[in-house]
Amino acid sequence: MSAFLAWIATLPALAQIPLVLLAFFVVIALLIFFIEIAPRSGRKYTIIRAAACVLIPTFIFLTLGSVYWAAGAAAVFGGLFFILDYRSKQGAGYLFQLVGFMSPAIFLLAIGLIYPTIQTTIQAFMNSRGTRFVGLENFIWIFTQDTGIRTVLNTVVWVLIVPTVSTIFGLAYAVFIDKSRGEKIFKVLVFMPMAISFVGASIIWRFVYAVRPAGQEQIGLLNQIVVWMGGQPVDWISNSPWNTFFLIVVLIWIQTGFAMVILSAAIKGVPAEQLEAAELDGTNAWQRFINVTVPGIRSSLVVVLTTISIASLKVFDIVRTMTAGANETSVIANEMYSQWQGFEVGRSAAFAVVLFIMVLPIVVYNARQIAKQREIR
Amino acid sequence: MTATVPAKLPLNKKTKKQLARGENGAAKRTKKRLTSRGATIAALVIAVLWTTPTFGLFVSSLRPPEEILRNGWWTIFQNPGFTLNNYTEVLAAGNSQLNLAGAFINSIAITLPATIFPLVIASLAAYAFAWIKFPGRNWMFIGVFALQIVPLQMALVPLLSLFSRGLSIGDIEIFSSLNASNSYSQVWIAHTIFALPLAIFLLHNFVSEIPSELIEAARVDGAGHGQVFFRIVLPLTMPAIASFAIFQFLWVWNDLLVALVFADGRVAPMTKLLAEITGSRGQDWNLLTAGAFISILVPLIVFFALQRYFVRGLLAGSTKG
Repeated sequence: MSAFLAWIATLPALAQIPLVLLAFFVVIALLIFFIEIAPRSGRKYTIIRAAACVLIPTFIFLTLGSVYWAAGAAAVFGGLFFILDYRSKQGAGYLFQLVGFMSPAIFLLAIGLIYPTIQTTIQAFMNSRGTRFVGLENFIWIFTQDTGIRTVLNTVVWVLIVPTVSTIFGLAYAVFIDKSRGEKIFKVLVFMPMAISFVGASIIWRFVYAVRPAGQEQIGLLNQIVVWMGGQPVDWISNSPWNTFFLIVVLIWIQTGFAMVILSAAIKGVPAEQLEAAELDGTNAWQRFINVTVPGIRSSLVVVLTTISIASLKVFDIVRTMTAGANETSVIANEMYSQWQGFEVGRSAAFAVVLFIMVLPIVVYNARQIAKQREIR
Repeated sequence: MTATVPAKLPLNKKTKKQLARGENGAAKRTKKRLTSRGATIAALVIAVLWTTPTFGLFVSSLRPPEEILRNGWWTIFQNPGFTLNNYTEVLAAGNSQLNLAGAFINSIAITLPATIFPLVIASLAAYAFAWIKFPGRNWMFIGVFALQIVPLQMALVPLLSLFSRGLSIGDIEIFSSLNASNSYSQVWIAHTIFALPLAIFLLHNFVSEIPSELIEAARVDGAGHGQVFFRIVLPLTMPAIASFAIFQFLWVWNDLLVALVFADGRVAPMTKLLAEITGSRGQDWNLLTAGAFISILVPLIVFFALQRYFVRGLLAGSTKG
């Protein structure tokens, strides 16, 4: 495989796309073909199945460039798998189909998410080169020096402000434009930043924040407004601690559209009868909103809040492009990358673990929700 | 077959409109009270606030460099001037290995395969989760969902070393390195992996809602799982696949972190190069505005052209989560 990939890399960029897609589809078509004929009975199909069980793992290991005995071991396991499958309670070929469907995804998840997560966790307790166990030293380093504490605090500020503010703005906007004329256009205008990359958004906002010395004509919109009001131009993204808030504005700008679309759909799902009944009881618009609409869209609110929380915990691109973490604006994801670039693998991994621990409560909550839903089914 | 003939009722224009919107008068009245004039003005203010920055960027990208640096874009009528030079200049800008035009091609070459791979692999797994019964299915599914929230940051560095050094336990090499630095394959694989948990979760929601009679009927007629998947499930879930494809496309196109780690040198996508230009030439606003606009152009086209699917996918993913 590495030979194939190396060969394809020598081609011009646009020629690589059809070739690699073609190769991919051939492999998938073969896989589906084998899955299809797997449960058929008869000696012919049994032999094909046995051959596939032994040869495919061998072939995979060989193409991954592994040593011969590993490929041999794979063949033996393939044979064992065939026997297991042959005697399966659900009939021969059952396990074969199951593994055929699942193995690409499970294999990729194992090497790409599960193994690295374990690896990173181990590295967080090792020194910078990963050769010696140092216990909690990396974590102590993070939480004892000013930049480390600052970084973690900044991340906490991000995760407190962005979800609340974007949800409030999104909800308010969704309510304001609900059933109004030109609702679609209104939606698109606010939703558009979702399609813009964080890098693009950062450049857009750096331009808004651009500063010129007092007396010169301003080119940044925000400073121009300040000057029109009679104030002095301010260097928004250099002055700590407020600069973090000006970076946060960018993410709010992006995420409000997301909150708005989801909540707008949820609001339309609130039964009109309930609103009417509340109106007959003599409530005003605000009371109806708080007591009828908000409870009605509670689950959507939770989804929006958790999704945006995760996004703001992981925020990286904005900080990287706007300040690269200078002037006390760094966040965990950015610091993790900087440490890795400075060959401090242990500290970098420790930052990643801190991030993981911060995300964990949200994971547990969401997973439990899903578990509940699946039980209902 | 009985066709229902709609009764011809005397309708005036207003009622017709209301009927078209699927609401009765009372509901409309109730909702209407909520949208007062003040609310409309507030909505307008928010809409203007949200669009102005992008608009300013676009206007500036078309102005001559001296003008951009001399005065703000809102003075365009007092200081007219229009040029496309910024665009030609920024397409040639970059570092020693790559210019922005090349990076644009790279972005395409990275994004298309990295959108299609995870969709196909995820739909296979989603089918198994939905229609093949096996012990521990629920727990495995929840496990896959939970993986979605493992921060990318946890996985990046070990995955990179896996690509460049292979995997060995102790001194025994299980498989060797991919040998793929300076090529797209690392980025493709990385994006594929990181997209899988969400893709499996979303597609599973759709695949499991296909009526079971349909699948059983096909099974009785002698179709194996392979045919059921290819001939029934895949066509029926196409809308869902399309909506997730748009998502994944935007996500990959806009990504910076994965690109920084896995795409080095001459295969870097546009986001990476733009971030670099912002760092090294942060005051050359003529380049930055034009570059940023080029990079957001493709996502905006995709977004406006396929908006309906995009929103649908977003809703499916979140209201069920």
